[in-house]
Amino acid sequence: MPRPKVEERTTLLDARAMSRALQRMAVEILELAHGTHDLLLVGIQRRGVELAERIARLIEKEEGVAVPRGALDITLYRDDLGTVGPKPVIGETHLPGDLSGKHAVIVDDVLYTGRTVRAALDELADFGRPKRISLCVLVDRGGRELPIQADIVGKVLKTAPGDRVDVQVEELDGRDQVDLVR
Amino acid sequence: MSLGKDLTGLEHMTAGQIRLILDTAEPFKAVSERPIKKVPALRGKTIVNLFFEASTRTRVSFEFAEKRLSADTVNVAATGSSVSKGETLVDTARNLEAMRIDMVVIRHPSSGAAEFLGNRIASNVINAGDGKHEHPTQALLDLLTIRDKHGKIEGLKVCLVGDVLHSRVARSNLWGLTKLGAEVAVCGPWTLMPRGIEELGVRVFGRIEEAIEWADVLNVLRLQLERMEKGFIPSLREYYRVFGVTPERLERSPRAITIMHPGPMNRGVEIDSRVADGPHSVILDQVTNGVAVRMAVLYLLAGGRAELADAAKGGSE
Repeated sequence: MPRPKVEERTTLLDARAMSRALQRMAVEILELAHGTHDLLLVGIQRRGVELAERIARLIEKEEGVAVPRGALDITLYRDDLGTVGPKPVIGETHLPGDLSGKHAVIVDDVLYTGRTVRAALDELADFGRPKRISLCVLVDRGGRELPIQADIVGKVLKTAPGDRVDVQVEELDGRDQVDLVR
Repeated sequence: MSLGKDLTGLEHMTAGQIRLILDTAEPFKAVSERPIKKVPALRGKTIVNLFFEASTRTRVSFEFAEKRLSADTVNVAATGSSVSKGETLVDTARNLEAMRIDMVVIRHPSSGAAEFLGNRIASNVINAGDGKHEHPTQALLDLLTIRDKHGKIEGLKVCLVGDVLHSRVARSNLWGLTKLGAEVAVCGPWTLMPRGIEELGVRVFGRIEEAIEWADVLNVLRLQLERMEKGFIPSLREYYRVFGVTPERLERSPRAITIMHPGPMNRGVEIDSRVADGPHSVILDQVTNGVAVRMAVLYLLAGGRAELADAAKGGSE
């Protein structure tokens, strides 16, 4: 008889480490975008939205300038409706004004196959033509199925297909923590 | 939870399935407000709108819903098609299916036509009105409009006014409203009330004044003028005098009653123009919501393999 699989949970980032990572990512975004002029942060539902908010506030503290942010739900742009079926709850998509001429930084919690980012690029294109789009993720776990890479990464790690990277944020989960579950 | 292969009526749906459609419709409202009113969710799907009865609103609404989801659509009307040469419904559908379609939206004068078709072809079938049986997407958009306006459906008092006997809109509304916990009443001349309707737990008002006294929402049905000759009502003027929804009658209500109408309206017959265009009318909101609800139904059915949908729900964000 097969034994029930025991989940093994390792903490990759605790609250302090996550806070430091976000600080560094905020600075790197400023460097990449040469300041806040034209900068726009776009979080991917759900945890990407919270992380974008967090980074925007860090930038505001640093530069004293408000950074516009938006949220993107990419469900309707996925390419796997036929294989995984419809997702029952679709989140909100809103973008602050016209994207033309802006430098949009997509923010997400985990970069894995790259399919979510592919969908996000398609969706952004339907809202205008940013002059540049960059990608910023808290965790890059490898395993790409598309030629997509992040410009700014909080933490890189190697994972196996069965692994799960579990990102928790204060606003939704009551604490900041990133775990690897295998 | 999933919807299964077809949407033929609300009678056999669960409250959970109905709520799933209403909740899914919410984000689709926003799609129609975007500069590019289109998402690629149904890219590559082919949908046939098979209309054996006249329709403008419903057909256009379905067509917008399909196009905004990036599906490819073809409209087939009974007149000018091989149907007028005597082809049977199943043969028509099987021929369309041989051209590799994915979904059929059907309107048909015979009750049960959508289910009949759904049991015989592999494509998803959506009922856009079948005889006197059901018009599920109309009831769903009515439910969504009521929920938008009142924030809930449970416990609300909704009265369907007019030709309940011939109305598939009324029938679908009855199922949907009762499943979601609304109190339902009907009001109209007794010749237009289905017999035994009280047994479904529905209240019956013989006078419009009583209905107005009681209700939070009036859904005023179209008086089907084509049935006038059959002696269901004495005259249009008489009908307006006795059952017309007028500002004078509404003024006597203790609360602001939400006014709905599935269209097309007979102004000055079942509804006064001042009411139809008044501050409590949500008639055009119903039309707007129609597109969102139909997008939700198409989206949910397109990926509607039960086990997969359940897996998606239990899966990751």
